[in-house]
Amino acid sequence: MNWTHYLMPLLRGAEVTAAIAVASTALGAAFAFAAGIARVAGGPVLSVVAQVYIEIFRGTSLLVQLFWLYYALPLVGISFGPVVTGIAGLALNIGAYGAEVVRGALKSVPDAQHEAARALNFSRGYTLLHVALPQAVVEMMPAFGNLAVQNLKDTALVSLISISDLTFRAQQLRNLTLDSMRIYFLTLLGYFAMALVVSAFMRWLEKKLRRGAAFPRGAHG
Amino acid sequence: MSDAIIRFEDVTKRFGPLTVLDKFSFHVKPGEKVTLIGPSGSGKSTVLRILMTLEPFQEGTLQLDGVSYHQPAGRGPLKASEVHLRSLRRNVGMVFQSFNLFPHMTVLRNLTEAPVAVLGMKRDEAETRGIELLRMVGLSEKKDHFPSQLSGGQQQRVAIARALAMRPRVLLFDEPTSALDPQLVGEVLAVIRNLAHEHDLTMLLVTHEMRFAREVSDRVCFFDKGRIAEEGEPEHIFTAPREVRTREFLQSVLAG
Amino acid sequence: MMYGFAWDTSSPLAFAVSILPILGIGLIVTLEAAAAGFAIALVLGLLLALLRRSRFKAISWPTAIVIEFIRDTPLLVQLFFLYYGLPIFGIVLPAFLTGALALGMQYSAYTSEVYRGGIDAVPRGQWEAAIALNLGRARLYRDIIVPQAIPRIVPAMGNYLVSMLKETPVLSVVTVVDMLNLANLIGDRTFEYLVPLSLVGLIFLILTMICSAGIHWLERVLPKNGIALR
Repeated sequence: MNWTHYLMPLLRGAEVTAAIAVASTALGAAFAFAAGIARVAGGPVLSVVAQVYIEIFRGTSLLVQLFWLYYALPLVGISFGPVVTGIAGLALNIGAYGAEVVRGALKSVPDAQHEAARALNFSRGYTLLHVALPQAVVEMMPAFGNLAVQNLKDTALVSLISISDLTFRAQQLRNLTLDSMRIYFLTLLGYFAMALVVSAFMRWLEKKLRRGAAFPRGAHG
Repeated sequence: MSDAIIRFEDVTKRFGPLTVLDKFSFHVKPGEKVTLIGPSGSGKSTVLRILMTLEPFQEGTLQLDGVSYHQPAGRGPLKASEVHLRSLRRNVGMVFQSFNLFPHMTVLRNLTEAPVAVLGMKRDEAETRGIELLRMVGLSEKKDHFPSQLSGGQQQRVAIARALAMRPRVLLFDEPTSALDPQLVGEVLAVIRNLAHEHDLTMLLVTHEMRFAREVSDRVCFFDKGRIAEEGEPEHIFTAPREVRTREFLQSVLAG
Repeated sequence: MMYGFAWDTSSPLAFAVSILPILGIGLIVTLEAAAAGFAIALVLGLLLALLRRSRFKAISWPTAIVIEFIRDTPLLVQLFFLYYGLPIFGIVLPAFLTGALALGMQYSAYTSEVYRGGIDAVPRGQWEAAIALNLGRARLYRDIIVPQAIPRIVPAMGNYLVSMLKETPVLSVVTVVDMLNLANLIGDRTFEYLVPLSLVGLIFLILTMICSAGIHWLERVLPKNGIALR
């Protein structure tokens, strides 16, 4: 076997990795916003619920979380396939980190903005949605970019719950050929390339949002 | 003074150990233009911030147009419900020292957002009115700009228009020119001066622009240590103050 | 039974209590792995930071690419790369050391940035003042720059130590017998994963809480203006 023989299987694995990364990042962002907003503006009950979620998923190990969801949860009758479990696990984990980013960014919106909103008699919900969040989102982007790359790297762990992602394919190939160096180097390159794409995309998104905050077109329409 | 629109009765406001307002009583008639002057930390801005419901107070009562800041159920002003506070805010508007425009919205959007979201006005109607208000402050051509593209003076004029868009009965100005470069102060004062001719609008103004205060106010109140130390018509306060502290303050300000 | 430990599966609580001693053994391995990995990360990261700051582009550029590459690729694959790759070059290490090396390598990319950030955060004026006083290069770093960089560097390093701690279970994949590995073994024998895995999660939660408290304490006690060495 030579380099080219490895490419097809690895590419097929990379496809799975990309799909899982995109799905879990999107779902994770939803968790991040939900928990981050609940922390800042959720009232006592929601805020505590969000805090418990954040502490548990930030305070424990991702691999333990994945195994827990995959091996332990079915024993109490809750079971999904590996793909759903993998995506949910990754999303819950990265969402907990993202929630802290959302919380920090929301808290960094100046008090003066909240006072102006109050002087105009906006409701709290409206202030959050239309005054605080649009300004905070821009501040979240650099940290979100790092988390998106982190999450891409974390997807490698789903190979351990039998999802045939890039790492899983690499393992298969190695067991078949014992050509460890070349296979793993190609695999690392694959992740590196995807990480560069993710970073570039997040930077583009940030730029777009930042420009949007300064000069959106058709801002009132 | 049963016809007063604003009635502070023995209001005490503390920040921790610091007493900012000390059994403060103060009435303002509808349409009256009152300027609050005094050294910094004397409690002038706190009066405005309490009226705008940005700060709670500990003791005493406050009424706006006959409605108490305390909730009828007897919960203090510290714990008034959001619903109650929002009903109070309907009559009050505020212009801040640092403008506090929304940086992510265009100038026009800054003016239309609240009328649409809070008053339920149609967007077209709000925009027509917004443009009208912008024309009044001389900035109609800037409607699609963003706050960061305007000078400080222009931003403050937009902020005044934004407050007016909510048709408040009471408009509060919290040192509206203090954050401005000296050459930009005039354009903002000109806008406020025009407003002072509005018969119905009650205005409370905290400022260090003494000449301007003298020109536009019906009444000037000199604050010292959480109370009004002296008040009266501008002519009287600025030319023949009774109190030594007032005299000293005016001398220090006019000399500086 | 495993390693002479008997488990009581009569109730979840009894089960948890009976497997605690064996998980304790795994905990020690987990802590050792994190300690060894962190030591490697501190040294390797410093080396990378110095190379990255080199005046020669031929050195600083490749270093930057290596740092980026390490940082942007998964620990698990790096671990496989070392575990299966090193023996090809005749380097045969115990699984534990390979694991620590992988952890250390991955985190050296992060620690190098911490060193760099800490040093770059010292105001320009401090460098200029030192030059104006004609301090030598060694003195400049020892007496002026490093003391002021420490209050920034130490808490950031602490945070990475916590992150690394949470990643050590990955080493179980290459036969390192850490907490997670033992929990899985217990699960395989008893078909009862819920208690062992939950217990491992709980232990991690307690560990990270202790570490976070320690970092907060460090942030509070480290003087903001820096620590004079000597």
